[in-house]
Amino acid sequence: MPASRPLSPHLQIYRWPITMALSISHRATGLALAAGTVLLVWWLVALAAGPQAFALAQGFIGSWLGKLLLLGWSFSLFFHLANGIRHLIWDTGQGYSIKAMNGSSWVVIVASVALTVIAWVAGLASMAG
Amino acid sequence: MSTDRLRSPLGRALGLGSAKEGVEHWWVQRVTALALVPLALWFVATLIGHLGADHAAAVAWLRSPLTAVAMILLIIATFAHMALGLQVVIEDYVHHEATKIASLVLMRLACWALGAAALFAVLRVAFGS
Repeated sequence: MPASRPLSPHLQIYRWPITMALSISHRATGLALAAGTVLLVWWLVALAAGPQAFALAQGFIGSWLGKLLLLGWSFSLFFHLANGIRHLIWDTGQGYSIKAMNGSSWVVIVASVALTVIAWVAGLASMAG
Repeated sequence: MSTDRLRSPLGRALGLGSAKEGVEHWWVQRVTALALVPLALWFVATLIGHLGADHAAAVAWLRSPLTAVAMILLIIATFAHMALGLQVVIEDYVHHEATKIASLVLMRLACWALGAAALFAVLRVAFGS
């Protein structure tokens, strides 16, 4: 294994292009989604296991920690989905101009926030009503 | 989609081209991504519609054939997509060969285990009495 050599600081120094920020966020949200999938499987298994196990799972989701995790997970889902569609568009060969790249970056950010807000407003309304 | 048919017979015989296999990964990632767009959106919408449901209501929801099939597809697509995504993350950040191989294998086995558990839960509820 090669010896570790010192690295000049770069991330704290150079400007972060929005495309770069979205790229690493796509990876970060993917990882967050993967972690959350473990809890999702727990919830499904609890559902299959019976009323007591299910009540425990539902109780956790309703707790403040559960809600916080769910908020993070749902935002990650919508971001990863929106940016994922952007990736699929790139795969067709479209959207590589600087203008398109920057424009679509903002579309992804706005869409992720909007979808998260809509989902949570709908969810809270459905629980209250 | 067999990626071997992307090579000419002569190329295959001479062993020309990349020594590695990456196109299959890329393609499956895209196909599962496409499937996940409607499946994930449906999943969020149906969850919002059934928030705070008690066990009996949750079972009735999952027992519906359309829901069960959609969940099965969601589970398969999610774990396939997730395994491929996590694979590139591990390949990018783990440089010690033995640790990398071990991580890749463990990750893949974990995805299979979680997927199997989730599928079992869905089928149990769907076919239960």
